[in-house]
Amino acid sequence: MRRRVIPGFGLALGTTVLYLGAIVLLPLCALLLKASGIGLAEFWEILSSPRTLSAIRVTVTMAFAATIFNAIYGLLLAWVLARYRFPGKRLLDALVDVPFALPTAVAGLALTALFAKNGWFGAPLDKIGIAVAYTPLGIAIAMAFTSIPFVVRTVQPVIEDLGSEVEEAGRSLGANDFQILWKIIFPAIFPAFLAGCSLSFARSLGEFGAVIFIAGNQPMKTEIVALLTYIRLEEYNYQAAAAISTIMLLMAFAMLIVTNAVQAWHLRYVGRGEV
Amino acid sequence: MSLASERDSEQAEWMQHPVGGGKVTRRVVLWSVLVLTALFLVAPLVLIVTSGLSLGVGAFVRNLSEPTTLHAILLTLLTAVVVVPINILFGLAAAWTVTKFDFRGKTLLIALIELPYSISPIVAGVAYLFVYGSQGLFGPLLEALGLKVMFALPAIFLASLFVTAPFVARELIPLMQVQGTDEEEAAVTLGAGGFTTFWRVTLPNVKWAVVYGAILCNARVMGEFGAVSVVSGNIRGQTTTLPLQIELLYQDYNVAGAFAAATVLTAVALVTILIKVTLERTGKTSSAGPGH
Repeated sequence: MRRRVIPGFGLALGTTVLYLGAIVLLPLCALLLKASGIGLAEFWEILSSPRTLSAIRVTVTMAFAATIFNAIYGLLLAWVLARYRFPGKRLLDALVDVPFALPTAVAGLALTALFAKNGWFGAPLDKIGIAVAYTPLGIAIAMAFTSIPFVVRTVQPVIEDLGSEVEEAGRSLGANDFQILWKIIFPAIFPAFLAGCSLSFARSLGEFGAVIFIAGNQPMKTEIVALLTYIRLEEYNYQAAAAISTIMLLMAFAMLIVTNAVQAWHLRYVGRGEV
Repeated sequence: MSLASERDSEQAEWMQHPVGGGKVTRRVVLWSVLVLTALFLVAPLVLIVTSGLSLGVGAFVRNLSEPTTLHAILLTLLTAVVVVPINILFGLAAAWTVTKFDFRGKTLLIALIELPYSISPIVAGVAYLFVYGSQGLFGPLLEALGLKVMFALPAIFLASLFVTAPFVARELIPLMQVQGTDEEEAAVTLGAGGFTTFWRVTLPNVKWAVVYGAILCNARVMGEFGAVSVVSGNIRGQTTTLPLQIELLYQDYNVAGAFAAATVLTAVALVTILIKVTLERTGKTSSAGPGH
């Protein structure tokens, strides 16, 4: 190991570890400790109850739907921001950050009002027989809203970094637009795109504030996992809350591993793996 | 036309006609994105502000000066005042640790720093309950000492610290990694102490990233809903922050009041974005944008 020239290593590392230990690790360990005291049979009973299973199914399905929407819209948005010049581009770029800056409860309130039966979008949609507020579709829309910046901000810099050389080389070899897009550009941005999508999916799984306003929160129909946890707490059913939280935590870890693997692949791909 | 100039004009054509640069393609893609953005990202903002102000400025002010809403605003400000400085200090310490030194377990430490970012706020809230709640690790001890952490101010601070812990560090780490350690090593070689080196060399280089991380952290602290709603106990007029107050008002069918409160938080969000854009335009945040 290299000799340390800069002083203060002990103090900086100590502060960081102590803070992370007290603020992040201690609560997570307490949660796992609580869950480990439940007993396997009971744990299984909580998880396999129809209401829990339904909440998991609704959450995962709608998070997936939201991610598909974000994949398409986010990719187009990143493409437009990276490749086109047009008046109002700075404004569009700034708007991408709205879902990150806007509190989720505010987003939930606004989306519910927009998509309610008498709302700006809800009224015309109701005429053609589509209900959004208080249905699973509303959940997906709220999840998509809160996680769209992940896809855009991961893909946008990669498209910006793409040199025009490969594109011109492809063209000089006689490739048409579609071939260049499919065989040159898409493979180059794919790892970043996948990383952005997995971040979007992970965020959607845990979203609470935006979703509970628009979901209607009917058990077995539009109840998400995060809300079920909250309800179990209010019922003082701490075991169930601990068990469901643990499952959410494990899902988050799984998504973290997937995202990190994809990102590591992405860094190797673009040859900037010197982290 | 000679062969050479023909090739030149073809070359120029490639430059002018990149993929997706065709007139029709460009128009279709651009307009579909603009329309989707207007419906998806702009409409909610417009709706909040118009609903908040729909009954006039007088009603808006009256709604905000309701005692419980006013209390929620003050509590939200207090939380930001406590949490943001602590997480700035943590972000600086964390970034300094992982970018200026080599040590075993560094990758693990970086992962740990970013961990709160991927955990659902609800899970964070529940986890805190099992530390400081009456069912938790320290619950009985705290009760014996007569200290109230859960469903009180300390729990709101702690949950907010958890969810925003990575914000400043995430802006600083990529930037400080690019900057390396040369300047600090030079300063130390010239006889500067650790604190002087940090204060005179490192901090000036990253101050805009600190500001940027701090405003993002502030926006999230003021807007945090899930984690705070679990740990605060939602006691009306006592432990309701502004986002919780929005939900209470909404459940009371006081939609105008809810939108007035939402307008305040929307203003915070818009100012946050404005500061971000300004910092980027001055070019001083360098590569430390979000998502890196």
